[in-house]
Amino acid sequence: MVLPMSVPLTLLGLLEREPSHGYDLKRDYDSLFGRGKPLPYGQVYATLGRLARDGKVMAGEAEPGDGPERKRYVITETGATEFETWLRDPVAPEPNLQSVLFTKVVLALMLGRDAEQYLDTQRAAHLRRMRELTELRRGGPLVDALLADHGLFHLEADLRWIDLTVARLDALAAEVRA
Amino acid sequence: MTPVIEARDLALAFGETPALRGASLSVGAGEVLAIMGPSGSGKSTLLHCLAGILVPDAGEVLFNGQRLDSMSEARRSALRRDQFGFVFQFGQLVPELTAEENVALPLLLNGVRRGAALAQARPWFARLGLDGMENRRSGELSGGQAQRVALARGLVARPQVLFADEPTGALDSLTGEQVMELMVAAAREQGTTVILVTHEPRVAAYADREAIVRDGQARTLSAGPVAP
Repeated sequence: MVLPMSVPLTLLGLLEREPSHGYDLKRDYDSLFGRGKPLPYGQVYATLGRLARDGKVMAGEAEPGDGPERKRYVITETGATEFETWLRDPVAPEPNLQSVLFTKVVLALMLGRDAEQYLDTQRAAHLRRMRELTELRRGGPLVDALLADHGLFHLEADLRWIDLTVARLDALAAEVRA
Repeated sequence: MTPVIEARDLALAFGETPALRGASLSVGAGEVLAIMGPSGSGKSTLLHCLAGILVPDAGEVLFNGQRLDSMSEARRSALRRDQFGFVFQFGQLVPELTAEENVALPLLLNGVRRGAALAQARPWFARLGLDGMENRRSGELSGGQAQRVALARGLVARPQVLFADEPTGALDSLTGEQVMELMVAAAREQGTTVILVTHEPRVAAYADREAIVRDGQARTLSAGPVAP
């Protein structure tokens, strides 16, 4: 799923492709980025409202028809510039998981627990998730494969850290307990 | 699950250096097992003992319940030829032979006539995306193509067990994953057990289960429940 803060930018990206109704934006968002968590209609229209207020999109006249409001949204120059900037700039790396693992390892060593066993269990859990992601990318659409790859590479990075930490446990224990 | 291969308390030293120190492992029929571990941990030595290439100083290796470690070299050699397939990291193809002859090699060594062996080798080229490569020699194949030829050679005689030692170690990520995809699919299709040594978690993720070798001992890992 796309991070909540990226929803407006993702919608701008979809509008950069072509002017669209809120309904079309929701449908495309859900199929490409929703990952089982569809974007509520309320959030789509609230986000479009804010983007219009900030001059990043323009709403056309309401079109006649059944059902909910039907306005076509068009991206503005300001919106397009913001989207381009976001697209170009790299995302800040977020080593959030490592901090949890790190805390557990240090506490385990500090309390004289079996840190290697803990890391091996974590390693097995990581590999189980990697198997699930490997299965997901097999035969599925390329967008799913790309997302699965992203997850796999991140999990692999954690596993490398786990391996290195296991190799250093004795030295780390001496330091932590000193 | 009935074990096809089982190692019991294996010990092996190279001179003064111990490589295995009480390693035990069991692999079920049709299972894909990844053996992982740091460099020098003994994982390749363990694989070579399981395949009857090396004989342990102590402990037992059983293949379908039969002691492999106490067999004569001639019987082990025959077993390796008839029941086992092998894929290594690189340098496996015979450079003088065409790709097709390389794939057919295990069959030729088993006494299958040349025409029949080549006919059995041929379908593997389409299956592994190697159409048109049949008459190339190893020098005319890319790393990924050569590895797929080696994979076909490892599986062509429908072995009970395929031993793969870092089969993607010399390949880039994408090519390596294609090789793994093909290896696991082909092995599952013909019910071949796969024992795979790798240090790459993304390669190990193709296996059903993994064992880790550290300091010459093997541990099978269990994830248990994961906290939300």
